[in-house]
Amino acid sequence: MNLLEIQNLKVHFPVPRGLFGRAREFVRAVDGVSLTIAPGETVGLVGESGCGKTTLGRAVIKLIEPTAGRIIFEGEDIARLKGAELRARRRRFQMIFQDPYGSLDPRLTVGDIIGEALDIHRLTPQPGARRQRIEALLKDVGLDWSQAERYPHEFSGGQRQRIGIARALAVEPRLIVCDEPVSALDVSVQAQIINLLQDLQHEHGIAYLFVAHDLAVVEHISRRILVMYLGRIVEAGPAKTVCRSPQHPYTQALLSAVPVVDPDSKRKRILLKGDVPSPIHPPAGCPFHPRCPVAEPRCQTETPPLRETQPGRWTACHLVKAENELRAETHRRDSLSP
Amino acid sequence: MTGRFLFRLFWSALTLLGTALLTFLLVNVVPGDVARVIAGPKASPQVLEEIRQRYHLHEPLWKRAGYHFRQLAAGDLGHSFVTDQPVAEAIRARLPTTAALTVTAVVMWMLLAVPLGVSTAKYRGSWFDRSTLVLATLSLSLPAFWLARLLQYWLAYKLGWFPVAGFLGFAHLLLPAATLALLYVGYYARLIHAHMIEVLDSPYIRSARAQGTPERVVLFKHGLRNALIPVVTILGMDVAGLLGGVMFTENVFALPGIGTLAVQSVFNLDVPVIMGTVLFSAFLVVAANLVVDLLYRWIDPRLR
Repeated sequence: MNLLEIQNLKVHFPVPRGLFGRAREFVRAVDGVSLTIAPGETVGLVGESGCGKTTLGRAVIKLIEPTAGRIIFEGEDIARLKGAELRARRRRFQMIFQDPYGSLDPRLTVGDIIGEALDIHRLTPQPGARRQRIEALLKDVGLDWSQAERYPHEFSGGQRQRIGIARALAVEPRLIVCDEPVSALDVSVQAQIINLLQDLQHEHGIAYLFVAHDLAVVEHISRRILVMYLGRIVEAGPAKTVCRSPQHPYTQALLSAVPVVDPDSKRKRILLKGDVPSPIHPPAGCPFHPRCPVAEPRCQTETPPLRETQPGRWTACHLVKAENELRAETHRRDSLSP
Repeated sequence: MTGRFLFRLFWSALTLLGTALLTFLLVNVVPGDVARVIAGPKASPQVLEEIRQRYHLHEPLWKRAGYHFRQLAAGDLGHSFVTDQPVAEAIRARLPTTAALTVTAVVMWMLLAVPLGVSTAKYRGSWFDRSTLVLATLSLSLPAFWLARLLQYWLAYKLGWFPVAGFLGFAHLLLPAATLALLYVGYYARLIHAHMIEVLDSPYIRSARAQGTPERVVLFKHGLRNALIPVVTILGMDVAGLLGGVMFTENVFALPGIGTLAVQSVFNLDVPVIMGTVLFSAFLVVAANLVVDLLYRWIDPRLR
């Protein structure tokens, strides 16, 4: 059974107009996304800034109320849950935030930040157990008890992210949404945090939804990758395959922008024209067609569905032929030839 | 830390010295015959001369300044021209009234402003938030003497719910304190609102919610406690300002506080009392500054 199954999730934000104006337009930040995450699996979610990946990550754990769709977590639809019922479920899914500086309350000590999660869900009612648990959590993330009495501002960015991870781990979640957890950190520290996340996954069997714009990082940590563009998933598949042979023109352009450590590399850089279109008025047809280097006339009118092109690989592009279609074509050509 | 504190202390002393000099000059360049004020219109020339001798009124300004500062250095604020009571004693006698009024008013407006500020920040943009903004602007712009008279006329004189004036007990403080609270509540509600909005948008509020923290705890433990940090500065200054004398409100309600003392001394051209009350409020403001500075270190761990 899947740990998480998202069905046709939409998050539309109203655009306010004027002081008393009613919102008539909507930002379609997430526009019909479906995905699944298995227990203990890491799924990477990539895309440019503004494509809706952070919104999707937050909507999955109900930090943002979804407009439509289902969020089935451990067999239960949590999309419409509210209040105390939802808060009780929060134990099972946690989040690690992008900004390790801002996401810790500056007036609480590190021990209290981690302890608060335990207190809210009444996990360690005895004071001794609480202390032991905080100590163990700090140790898990490479810190120690002597640092529990200190305040967040006394730590470096990487250490703060470790505190954020310890806080998320405190309630023993099954899923952690990692929202660009390393993009605010130095490259050397990034590797440490990524390794820590992987170690913790092996130890505790936690699933990650790893949101990032850095494809290299995502490829390294993820089993599967989802590529998002303008609120939709345009390509999905196993991390290695998507990164080595991308099918969607957008994924190809994204990958061509990843620097390669090889001075002789003759790889062609695909430059995208223009900016990401406004999610208030997304283009008709394929959302990528205004910037697509290989767009055809029908891309302007027909929206390509996300189709399975190979077993386990999904692409939303008219120009990408599925394996069976290719076979059929080859077969037709063969039979026509004399 | 100690060095910084001593530096602040030095500047505070300098500020007070400057204030003392300025009030001395201002009071002494005001036209009017002090001797005539003290002795009254029917006094004989001998009496006037005697008074001029006693207060060194013949001597040049710089010499009088010298006498004045020598006296101040000895901790003596002088005697009232009118009652001959030592100024320090007059202030000490009236401080409890003003302090009681101030504390009652602060409690009243904070009890209103905190829930208003928090709820308008939580439900920002709602009709409730917008109408609070209008009322707050009204509260900010009301003239104190007008509001005090209005409340006194209707609630005390016409309806008889409160004592009209004077100071016999706590009940006499309620209406004056309510006047002050009405004048300050709008400002504080908006101040807390503004800081709450800033704090509620910060990532640690989002992370607290993601953790499953109940909304009440999010708002008050993580929200309000951080939003109140900057409010402490303004509150410190306002409390100091009020303790230094609530001119209009105390006068309308005839409360024997420092405000009435100051206003009376101006009408009487009672120079030592004028200087004494001005210096006392300057001292309060400077002291409040120091206290707030020290308090900050305690409430905001980032400054330790």
